[in-house]
Amino acid sequence: MSAIAGTRARLVWAVNLAALALVLLWTIPTFGLLVSSFRDRDQIANSGWWRAGMSSEASNFVRAGTAADQVQEGDLWVIAGNVLTEGQSLSAWGTNSRDPAAYAPGDTAELKDGQALSVAEDGSYRLTSPTEFTDQRGMRIFLTTTAPPKFTTENYARVIGAEGLGQAFLNTFTVTIPATIIPILIAAFAAYALAWMEFPGRALLIAGVVGLLVVPLQLALIPLLKFHNEIGLGKGYMGIWLAHTGFGLPLAIYLLRNYMVGLPREIIESARVDGATEFQIFRRIILPLSFPALASFAIFQFLWVWNDLLVATVFLGNRKEQLVMTGVLRELLGSRGGDWEILAASAFISIAVPLIVFFAMQKYLVRGLLAGSVKGG
Amino acid sequence: MEQLLFAGGTIVAGVFGCVAWFWGSNWVLDSLYPPRGEDAGRNILRANMIRPWLFIGPAVLFLALYLVYPVINSAWRSLMDADSRDFVGLDNYRWLMGDAKFRESIFNNMLWLLVVPAASTFFGLLAAQVTDRIRWGNAAKSFIFMPMAISFVGAGVIWKFIYDYRAEGQEQIGLLNAIWTSLGNPPETWLTLLFWNNFFLMAVLIWIQTGFAMVILSAALRGIPEETIEAAILDGANPWQLFFKIKVPQIWGTIAVVWTTITIVVLKVFDIVFVMTNGQWGTQVLANLMYDWMFRGAPDYGRGSAIAIVIMALVTPIMVWNIRNARREML
Repeated sequence: MSAIAGTRARLVWAVNLAALALVLLWTIPTFGLLVSSFRDRDQIANSGWWRAGMSSEASNFVRAGTAADQVQEGDLWVIAGNVLTEGQSLSAWGTNSRDPAAYAPGDTAELKDGQALSVAEDGSYRLTSPTEFTDQRGMRIFLTTTAPPKFTTENYARVIGAEGLGQAFLNTFTVTIPATIIPILIAAFAAYALAWMEFPGRALLIAGVVGLLVVPLQLALIPLLKFHNEIGLGKGYMGIWLAHTGFGLPLAIYLLRNYMVGLPREIIESARVDGATEFQIFRRIILPLSFPALASFAIFQFLWVWNDLLVATVFLGNRKEQLVMTGVLRELLGSRGGDWEILAASAFISIAVPLIVFFAMQKYLVRGLLAGSVKGG
Repeated sequence: MEQLLFAGGTIVAGVFGCVAWFWGSNWVLDSLYPPRGEDAGRNILRANMIRPWLFIGPAVLFLALYLVYPVINSAWRSLMDADSRDFVGLDNYRWLMGDAKFRESIFNNMLWLLVVPAASTFFGLLAAQVTDRIRWGNAAKSFIFMPMAISFVGAGVIWKFIYDYRAEGQEQIGLLNAIWTSLGNPPETWLTLLFWNNFFLMAVLIWIQTGFAMVILSAALRGIPEETIEAAILDGANPWQLFFKIKVPQIWGTIAVVWTTITIVVLKVFDIVFVMTNGQWGTQVLANLMYDWMFRGAPDYGRGSAIAIVIMALVTPIMVWNIRNARREML
């Protein structure tokens, strides 16, 4: 008995650990970028985000003052100043790139021709010489510095303003909201007809909708762009709204029909017997009862349109002020590939809204997924 | 601001337009064939024949114009030259067969098809099985499901950061290289590593799709009748047997649905490749190749459309399978 209990306890542990491992694997990528989006630019470049909470060490060099900065003190010529910027502290320094950490703070280095350099812990340095300095370029002082962890919202301020993400946010909203609402309306009526009205060709239409669910969008790009140009719509919001409406309809009709078919027959029949018109039945009974399915599709369509890159690239213009957020993000990946503070902050602005919607409405999303894929299962 | 007003105006106009159409057309129908008077019976019959088409009309119009017409139009364009002016027969397809980039794309797409649906379904099944048995299962599910809400482009940024490369000797800020170098290896530029880079791109899609697989499979697992499981336990089945011999066979149908749904996503995969490598270093896929021919440099609609038709052809078997399933369910 105790052996069985032991295996059970071990199994529970294993299951918990496996779940934890999966959750970590699935969240760490996003979390890393989130942390980075709040880090200081130099720190991102110098240490991994997992060390964001620790002091970061960096090596660089600064130049001492030039001959123009020197002052005479007795029989010595002196150049003095400070090599550190705010927040840094010095851990080692040197005068040669081959040994950039040769001296500790407070040491004095003897240089050629009787010159000497000392760098104190607070970063103040003193370069002395028995003869007058003639250098036009300051001598290089190599530093190993540590800086305390620094978190900032500057990255966000910068991308919203200078990188045009604020405008792109507005554009994305402008694209998404109508492209979410209009297909719902059109699909709801169609779904009702397909679910509860008898007419020849109904089965064929349903099969057609199921088939159209998987038509690759890629096929539609050129023909529709040409079509929009011919009817004078060109590239713009109207075009992209119509395109998203068309592309979203199969899923909308399919989801809503599946849901409406499941509504109790008696309610609809008795309303018909009572003399309600189809339009009244639809508006008073079907629409309110179908709210969960409507919400499911609305979330799908919202996420899909918000996250779309391809349709926006093709149906909207490509000037900077016309881009949606995915478009800006793509441009930034090309032009600022290594500036992770910019990319991280931009990425987070673009995924913030979908994530909020996701966590707030997860219930409907799950319900919609189940209705869409395991009908009858 | 102006723009938001415009968008708001469109919403109002769109909603109003839709309602006006449905309400107005119904009203017209009812006044043409009033359901009362001496002809009431015949009028009701006639009105009932027309009414479904009023309800379904706008949707059919949209579907025909935005999905059916493009398929036909693309098929036609794929038989024409670059400007869709002259008929060239099957030349574009012949060119495809000999094109190295196209072969690379087909090969890569097949690789994606083999790996991504299998891996997503596997991890989804694992996640479903594991999270259904722990107390904090719902929270765990939320986190694994979360990438579903993230755009492919956003996911591209997230993963490119993981694959980031710094020259040897510098501190690695990409997670993968940090782990790799801490094991004593020199840093790698993962995304230019021929052949293997495809798998690093696939990881992104697997990461996104696993949540979807998990949600659906979890529901299916919970739908398995208790009796079968209890009977198996009484017969002394161990947890592995219970899972692979009792549970999995009962949800084959759902696994197939998940598999095909992810397969469709894979066939259309575009954004991930587009933003992460743009098809360089041997990572080209069909959808990105098509984009290249249609929108980069001098567009060639003939070749681009031919590639689009190839994607369509690859999707068609699943489409037929879906339709047959849907029809069976309706009976």
